[in-house]
Amino acid sequence: MIFLTRRAVFSASHFYWNEAWPAEKNEQVFGRCANRNGHGHNYTLEVTVAGEPDPVTGFVVDLKWLKEVMEREVLAAYDHRHLNLETLEFAAGKLIPTTENIAISAWNRLQPAVQAAGGAQLTRVRVYETPEVFAEYRGGQ
Amino acid sequence: MNALTRPAAAGKAYFGRRYLLSASHRLHTDALTAEENRAAYGKCNNPRGHGHNYVVEVLVGGAVDAETGMVVNLADLDAAVNACVRERFDHVNLNLDPLFAHQVPTTENFCRAIYSLLRDALPAGRLEQVRVEETENNFFECCGG
Repeated sequence: MIFLTRRAVFSASHFYWNEAWPAEKNEQVFGRCANRNGHGHNYTLEVTVAGEPDPVTGFVVDLKWLKEVMEREVLAAYDHRHLNLETLEFAAGKLIPTTENIAISAWNRLQPAVQAAGGAQLTRVRVYETPEVFAEYRGGQ
Repeated sequence: MNALTRPAAAGKAYFGRRYLLSASHRLHTDALTAEENRAAYGKCNNPRGHGHNYVVEVLVGGAVDAETGMVVNLADLDAAVNACVRERFDHVNLNLDPLFAHQVPTTENFCRAIYSLLRDALPAGRLEQVRVEETENNFFECCGG
């Protein structure tokens, strides 16, 4: 089994806010991230798939294909967007766009396309919010 | 809600954070002769010591809290790491810490010591892994055990 990882970068804005809480609690728990005007990050998305190299091509997957899947499924929705206002998962306070939830949502967006290709398995999605902070999802394992 | 808007039933996720600390050390053990120490540790056996900018990467696991969207609050993790790791090891000589009175401050041992300190400081079962990068080209990981 070989694990193959591809990176992509997207830039987006967000803020943290739980509609069920009063403003004071949001500000206490989320600190500067609770500023309702939002702030932004250059996120790095790392997608890892695992499989056996194809005996003819030597590829686990075609990296160009993986790049296209990441761009179509994740970057097209998140890049240069306000996550709280413009994305299916996070709009209208449905889900707080924490790095953890972004990693899970990116997994949910990628998983059907990787599965449909019928080769390698999606094994890990890691999202860096800054070079020092990241969240990771391995399908719940 | 469709699959995209359903947050979880998601099971476990992970949150990672990287911290910088600068410290000096000397690799030397009284169990070996001076010559054997030089052979085993090379430049790292220099009697006056040397230093590194260590990166300590802490990985915490758990369910994503439904109210906060977080595995762990970054401020709480920072407070724990600052209290039990950075205040103790940043800008010090590791050989002088009691932890290394009887073991060599290799990054293997340093990594295991940090894992142990953080495991006890964080809520039970939450610490997944500690990685210590000694330079850009070498790092060590401890997942317990």
